[in-house]
Amino acid sequence: MQEGRALADRQINRDLLHTIFTHPKWQWGLIAFFGIIVLGAMCAAGYMFNRGLGVSGLNRPVMWGFFITNFVFWIGISHAGVMLSAILRLSKAEWRRPATRAAEVLTVFSLMTAMLMPLIHAGRPWRVFYWVFPFDWARGVYPNVRSALIWDPSAVFTYLTSSTLFVYIALLPDLAVIRDRSTGIRRQIYSVLALGWRGNPRQWKLQIIAGVLLSALILPVFVSVHSIVSFDFSMAIAVKSWHSTIFPPYFVIGAVHSGVAAVVIVMAVMRWLYGWQEYIRPEHFDALGRLLVVVATGWFFFFVLEFFFGLYSLEADEIAVKDFLSAQAPWSWWFITFVGTTYFIPVGMWLFKGVRRNPGLMIIACISVNIGMWLERFLIIVPGLAQKQVMNFTYFTYAPSVVEVVIVIGTFALVCMLMLLFAKVFPLIPLYDIKEGEIARDEIQIGRRKVPAVLREE
Amino acid sequence: MAKTGVLGLYSDANYAAEAGDGLQRMGISDNDYDFLTGAPYPEGAFGEKESSHRLYVFPFVGALCGLTAGILLTSMTQMAYPLVTGGKPILSLPPMAIVTYEGTMLGAILFTVLGIIFESRLPRPSLGLYDDRITEGYVGVLVECEPEEVDRVEQVLTQAGAEDIKRGKV
Repeated sequence: MQEGRALADRQINRDLLHTIFTHPKWQWGLIAFFGIIVLGAMCAAGYMFNRGLGVSGLNRPVMWGFFITNFVFWIGISHAGVMLSAILRLSKAEWRRPATRAAEVLTVFSLMTAMLMPLIHAGRPWRVFYWVFPFDWARGVYPNVRSALIWDPSAVFTYLTSSTLFVYIALLPDLAVIRDRSTGIRRQIYSVLALGWRGNPRQWKLQIIAGVLLSALILPVFVSVHSIVSFDFSMAIAVKSWHSTIFPPYFVIGAVHSGVAAVVIVMAVMRWLYGWQEYIRPEHFDALGRLLVVVATGWFFFFVLEFFFGLYSLEADEIAVKDFLSAQAPWSWWFITFVGTTYFIPVGMWLFKGVRRNPGLMIIACISVNIGMWLERFLIIVPGLAQKQVMNFTYFTYAPSVVEVVIVIGTFALVCMLMLLFAKVFPLIPLYDIKEGEIARDEIQIGRRKVPAVLREE
Repeated sequence: MAKTGVLGLYSDANYAAEAGDGLQRMGISDNDYDFLTGAPYPEGAFGEKESSHRLYVFPFVGALCGLTAGILLTSMTQMAYPLVTGGKPILSLPPMAIVTYEGTMLGAILFTVLGIIFESRLPRPSLGLYDDRITEGYVGVLVECEPEEVDRVEQVLTQAGAEDIKRGKV
């Protein structure tokens, strides 16, 4: 897994910090472009707060729609980041080096975006504090810890805090590199952020341990977060198709699937935008592609089980939902699109090495996964709530309003904008990790062949 | 008398390791010199002694604090408004376990981060004797010695192949 050529520290600094020290117009143009979309979404949200949730497509009985779908989607995306980084760090996978920072940062920004969705969905975001914040705002009433809607913010807050600190600790050595290359006020700011890092053996030793220790601590949090998000659904006894014990693992594996695919998209875009071909190489996409085949197949197993459990119970309500989902247009078309784009199209592509090693084709396959995973959440939420069941004459399907569509598009623009802004002030590839890889790389002679090797400290 | 700092800069890690050997032969204590690098080298690469730390204590202490806070938060908020629901006990353990678990993990992670910063001897208000070239691939050998030893230390560093030598406050 070492196809790239050897790189000197000075060149690594120059290549990976040029996003910070150079200011091409296209960067600000892109940031402004996404900023305008975000502004549009903010206006739409403001309009909805002013007029009320009536301007959305939400109506009885479908009171959860695009916003909650988008919430679950972004929570899912956030899972890849730290999961990928943590598992690869713990297993000391050599190809992790260029992927970890972008994955972790994507986690933070997608979590922040996810947290916006329930606030917007509440219609009166400021009132969320009354039922989430552990303080008796009025009449001595504290949040109800028996509600799954309280478990959710506690888990997401823990995950967001942990992920942010994880990113910051791993940034310390790189902040010192930027400090050493800066002058004036910028140097002062990075000096404060770097906390006086000098890079002695003790600091490096603790930095390496920190990566492993924090990974080990964050992994259980990552599993708990999406399990708890699934409790929002599976604890709801009244909605039959949600009330299923398989939801936690099904949600977690789905989150990993969409998240790893999102990391691939980010890496491919970074490579193209910033010209990091020396750092993000075909071998990295190949490894991620192989990982995705395994994850996708794991997800497909749980998907089939979830569908089968619904039918096997022979509950009329469950069967009615499955029938609604799979046999009644246009839902059946969405359902076919979802299964095809989540599994059959991308996995069919990833079976070919040529596809796995081609960043452009990987982007197409991974966008397909994320379209499918977004649809998956939508098809879990809306058909279940629509209550098109036996002897029920008050069912209602759902069509999103323009306001909801604009806000959802705005969240995608928000994450893109935040990633670009991050790249303007911090390196998106960990410099010290790449340098460590260069120190540890070697070539060994086996018989008549020289093969790349990595010296590893245990 | 206040000690003086000497910093030798090496473009090759092997020369820096030789400088460390030279300083030891000269009688400079392990605690009085350090190696500054822009990337993590394998532990002991410069012949430095293994540094001990207590980082592993921090997550346990943090987890204990988080566990306590989680139990107190979930039990006291339920007790503050004791509304009997469905004839069940006021304190409902499964949901308490979820929030308490998150509190425990949050405590463990917060304390681990504090531990990393504390054990790394950070934050440092001033960088002291340092050179920006260290993050460009140079290895710095930073020695703290008595003023009368400075010349000899500089000689040892130079003999080992130092490309530049600086003096100053550590």
